[in-house]
Amino acid sequence: MSVPALEVRGLSTHFSSRAGVVRAVDDVSFTVQRGEVMGLVGESGSGKSVTGFSLLGLVDEPGRVVAGQILLEGRDIAKLSDGEMRRLRGRHIAMVFQDPMMTLNPVLRVDTQMIEAVQAHEPVSRAVARARARDALGLVGISSPEERLSAYPHQFSGGMRQRVAIAIALLHRPALIVADEPTTALDVTIQAQILSEMQDLCTRFGTALVWITHDLSVIAGLADHIAVMYAGRIVEKGTVDQVLDNPLHPYTQGLIGSVPSRTPRGERLRGIPGMTPNVLNLPVGCAFRTRCGRADAQCEEDPPEFAAEPGHAHRCFHPVAELVA
Amino acid sequence: MSTWLLRRLVQALFVVLAMTVIVFVGVNVIGNPIDILISPDANAAERAQAIASLGLDKPLWQQYLSFLSGVLHGDLGRSFVYNEPAMRVILERLPATMELAVAAVLISILIGIPAGLYAGLRPNSWGARSLMAGSILGFSLPSFWIGLMMIMVFSVQLGWLPSTGRGATRALFGVQWSFLTRDGLVHMILPSINLALFNLSLIIRLTRAGVREALPSEYVRFARAKGLSPMRVVGVHVMKNILIPVVTVLGLEFATTIAFSVVTESIFAWPGMGKLIIDSISVLDRPVIVAYLMLIVMLFVTVNLVVDLLYVVLDPRVRLEQQG
Repeated sequence: MSVPALEVRGLSTHFSSRAGVVRAVDDVSFTVQRGEVMGLVGESGSGKSVTGFSLLGLVDEPGRVVAGQILLEGRDIAKLSDGEMRRLRGRHIAMVFQDPMMTLNPVLRVDTQMIEAVQAHEPVSRAVARARARDALGLVGISSPEERLSAYPHQFSGGMRQRVAIAIALLHRPALIVADEPTTALDVTIQAQILSEMQDLCTRFGTALVWITHDLSVIAGLADHIAVMYAGRIVEKGTVDQVLDNPLHPYTQGLIGSVPSRTPRGERLRGIPGMTPNVLNLPVGCAFRTRCGRADAQCEEDPPEFAAEPGHAHRCFHPVAELVA
Repeated sequence: MSTWLLRRLVQALFVVLAMTVIVFVGVNVIGNPIDILISPDANAAERAQAIASLGLDKPLWQQYLSFLSGVLHGDLGRSFVYNEPAMRVILERLPATMELAVAAVLISILIGIPAGLYAGLRPNSWGARSLMAGSILGFSLPSFWIGLMMIMVFSVQLGWLPSTGRGATRALFGVQWSFLTRDGLVHMILPSINLALFNLSLIIRLTRAGVREALPSEYVRFARAKGLSPMRVVGVHVMKNILIPVVTVLGLEFATTIAFSVVTESIFAWPGMGKLIIDSISVLDRPVIVAYLMLIVMLFVTVNLVVDLLYVVLDPRVRLEQQG
């Protein structure tokens, strides 16, 4: 197999505050192949967004990437200087954010915001950059892109703005796009359109996609692989089929059980009991054990990564179903 | 756009009208200009003749109506004291005040915005903290006191800078300006800084607050995710957003600076409009007071108009038609 688009090894991002150190991302490892989609799933505060920002080197003080390697097409970018990282951002690794109402600068025209993104990385003229921007808008399904270029963000609908953001992310055909819940703020119908368009484009350009979401139903149809995060750690990862059809970690099982469409009509929705633990005061050992029916004394130790079957790993001493390998 | 403009002008007209009524009644209540203007040993005939020549023998409402008809003919009345058209008396003093106000606003912008940017980008630095503390002093200490202290230190004790007057002037377009000569510029330093301090402090704090608000926003993060240089992120993305409040305040403050340069002009004996209006009030020179206030009202209206128009340039979400 060729070099993966992205390989993350032991990534840890910590925030130091007066109350103590928050391990927002703790020893996270995963791999995304070219043209593949990896779904990073978890609740709010599980560290999935911070993982995304860490990949782009956009973690702000008091946060810091304290350990780990981020191999983008085989090259470790975790240790790059600010300037080197800046030249990489937008060109080799791009990001699409959650709220399209907030990501475009309200007082700058769309063409300004696209042209600067082209010119930040390539010494081309304004006219060439503008033509590139126009083509990118056409690519993401915006009609009459030439006219739309001169518009301001507030003249676009939410879905259109997210398309503009995606077009900007695609400008340089990056090796990797990190998408942080890009459809959460949109209508369901628009969500579906954007999902399939992004899937298309990434396959076409061989761009790897890390799709951050809390919504398992979105991931089920989109991703090739899934990693489930809980309290800063990946508790289970594998292919979509492995994880969704055969969840091993009790938390993954709880997440799947909480998806409304999977619950038979008339039956009560099963939630996960208890609350997300306080990030400043995580339980020793497995962070999920206080909410887990299967926990025992052994869970007070740190669970290592167990490989259940090829490509399917989890961090639980008492997985839900023992697989016969 | 044009209806909007028209409506604004009509509003301004009513403001001016209301203001003239207030001034006419107000000045009449304060006292009788005759007592001040005519020497005590004038005889009754001289008195009567002086009163008649100033038009003060008629009832107040008639005086007001004849003033209004004068205004419609472009005549704002003659100053009781200088016996010249009131507007000319004021316009003679306008350049002095203008150059002081412009210098003060330039100081606020050229120092205030960079200092505010610095304080916003490095909020925990020693420099930013002292800027913040200094700006509190800047708009809480009374400006007359600061002016006096500046004269004490820089003129009296150090002897570096002159404390009174405009210094040498040179004519440009038939008007005398201080900023065209070296001596005049030196004379401008203390009063313009004194006049600028309040605005400067305001601009520093506004800019800093704007930067602090913009930096954690999504659009700044997205701009960084595009790989833009920090210069471009701050200079374009952040800057254009914080200019909106800064322009508003600067516009309003520019008019205020001109209107209320009274204190600074009095302390530094700067022969501008502020000093003129104080003198006119003390001798109840009604035509000058009315003309001055009309000018100031028009100034405020114009500046507000310009600020609103600038909004459209700065913030594309603002459309004047919808404002009403």
